[in-house]
Amino acid sequence: MTSVKKKNALQKPLSRWGWFFLGPVLVAFIIGFVWPFIQGIYLSMCKFRLIKDAKFIGFDNYVAVFEDENFLRSFWYTALFAIVSLVLINVLAFMVAYVLTQGIKGSNLFRTVFFMPNLIGGIVLGYIWSMIFDGILSQYGTSILQNSTWGFWGLIILICWQQIGYMMIIYIAGLQAVPEDMLEAAKIDGARSDQTLFKVIIPNVMPSITICTFLSLTNGFKLFDQNLALTGGFPYIIQPDGSSIHTTEMMALNIYQTFYSSGSRSPGVAQAKAVIFFLLVAALGLAQLAFTRRKEVRQ
Amino acid sequence: MKKQATITREKLGKLILTVVMSIISIVYVLPVLAVVLNSFKLNTFVKTDTFALPTAESFAHFDNFIKGMTFGNYPFVNSVLYSVVITLLSTGLILLFTSMAAWYIDRRNSFLCKVVYYLCVFSMVVPFQMVMYPLSKTADQLGLNTPWTIPVIYLGFGAGLAIFMFVGFVKSIPLEIEEAASIDGCGPVRTFFSVVLPMMTPTLISVGILEIMWVWNDYLLPYLVLDINEYRTIPIHIQYLKGSYGTVDLGATMALILLSIIPVIIFYLCCQKHIVKGVAAGAVKG
Repeated sequence: MTSVKKKNALQKPLSRWGWFFLGPVLVAFIIGFVWPFIQGIYLSMCKFRLIKDAKFIGFDNYVAVFEDENFLRSFWYTALFAIVSLVLINVLAFMVAYVLTQGIKGSNLFRTVFFMPNLIGGIVLGYIWSMIFDGILSQYGTSILQNSTWGFWGLIILICWQQIGYMMIIYIAGLQAVPEDMLEAAKIDGARSDQTLFKVIIPNVMPSITICTFLSLTNGFKLFDQNLALTGGFPYIIQPDGSSIHTTEMMALNIYQTFYSSGSRSPGVAQAKAVIFFLLVAALGLAQLAFTRRKEVRQ
Repeated sequence: MKKQATITREKLGKLILTVVMSIISIVYVLPVLAVVLNSFKLNTFVKTDTFALPTAESFAHFDNFIKGMTFGNYPFVNSVLYSVVITLLSTGLILLFTSMAAWYIDRRNSFLCKVVYYLCVFSMVVPFQMVMYPLSKTADQLGLNTPWTIPVIYLGFGAGLAIFMFVGFVKSIPLEIEEAASIDGCGPVRTFFSVVLPMMTPTLISVGILEIMWVWNDYLLPYLVLDINEYRTIPIHIQYLKGSYGTVDLGATMALILLSIIPVIIFYLCCQKHIVKGVAAGAVKG
């Protein structure tokens, strides 16, 4: 709630209807979010196989997380993936949006095409592209499951294909809101088109750029379905001590594997990873909020 | 004369851009085209001749589609049915109950309301991995593990974004209309359903589209919660087929993938305007 409201005529009659209006959501929200969240924090400090015989052990699980080479590697892998995809998606989406706002023929059709992949689910997307990459790589006697370089760039290509259209829509909205008279003034003053772009257009679409940057960053960090379906973490490298490094596994998939894979040690460690993952994603969200707030003040 | 020259140059520039964009667009739809091609090929040719047109030798007629229907010892029709049931029920529940809650939260504005509102905003930055393990156990205990009861979980986990968007809209509705209704003797329930709800239509559509897209494509939540021997949604079914390595029939898998994206594309082409608007409105989600 932003401001203190004056009393309105509805408040009093409404007070007796809380159970009706708020009740259903509140019950579902507690079952679907609040209770699992609290339980999740508690379980991250427990040793257990089944929830009912959980034993409190303090921060041992967190210590184990930071000794887990595979998890630390998945963090750096995810960070690298998020940054590369962020740059590519945003640069390409901005370029497409810029071209499509120049009034060229067929703009609407192009927009429809570019946005379309965004509606296909992550699992299906993963399998479409695994067929395509394997079709190419089988000519060279390899597969996306055997080559981690292809695994990385394959997922980048997939995510660009999926998300460029989405970011393009946000950029188009931003570009259409650039004041017409500013563009006109630039033209009259004899600005070159690159000057207009960098001095007039880009400062005006900064809000869209902020939204899209953070959106692609958090999307990159939270990526799961596409990762699971395209490579599932393969290829694995078997370490001398018998453990294996999953070379294309991102954080969300690593947490999932720690919970549910057959060789999993303790779900407590997985839950501790999940808490760290949550803190990371929430920090990105808060950074975005702070960033946009600061921008708003300045304007 | 000079002016005319710049105009033709500008026209030429635009023409070149159209041509370039057309080529990129064609490249963009190639992956979908590859799915169509390969859904008509025999399994052994999908991997070796992925990008070739089906030949007399590799053409499978509609065999892949027929085989796909009972592929993996599970009727594909059931997957479609469960996906439709879960998506419609969840979206319906979310739209009805969160719009009610959002109106109450904003108009009542009590301490509890503020707590719920901020919890909702908070839930938007929590990744699913954080709650998935306890959530799937709780769902089992409470019997929320069937296609008819899992919508309750979607309502709970999806409430955040929906309430956030609805509250944003309710704030923009002038209070006077509701006050007038209340003076005329409308109780809160009637005021909401016959005065407020109709005004919320644009946001209902936006939120509805976001929820439909989320639930329809969601894989992990139903996979962890439902008994997958009995209930498989489309994403679960496809993951199950491909995930069981060894005897994967790629041709039949592509046929099922094609069948599962055709309704999505039709839905998109029919209400493109609403979808684009709804998705852009949901961009606030961090």
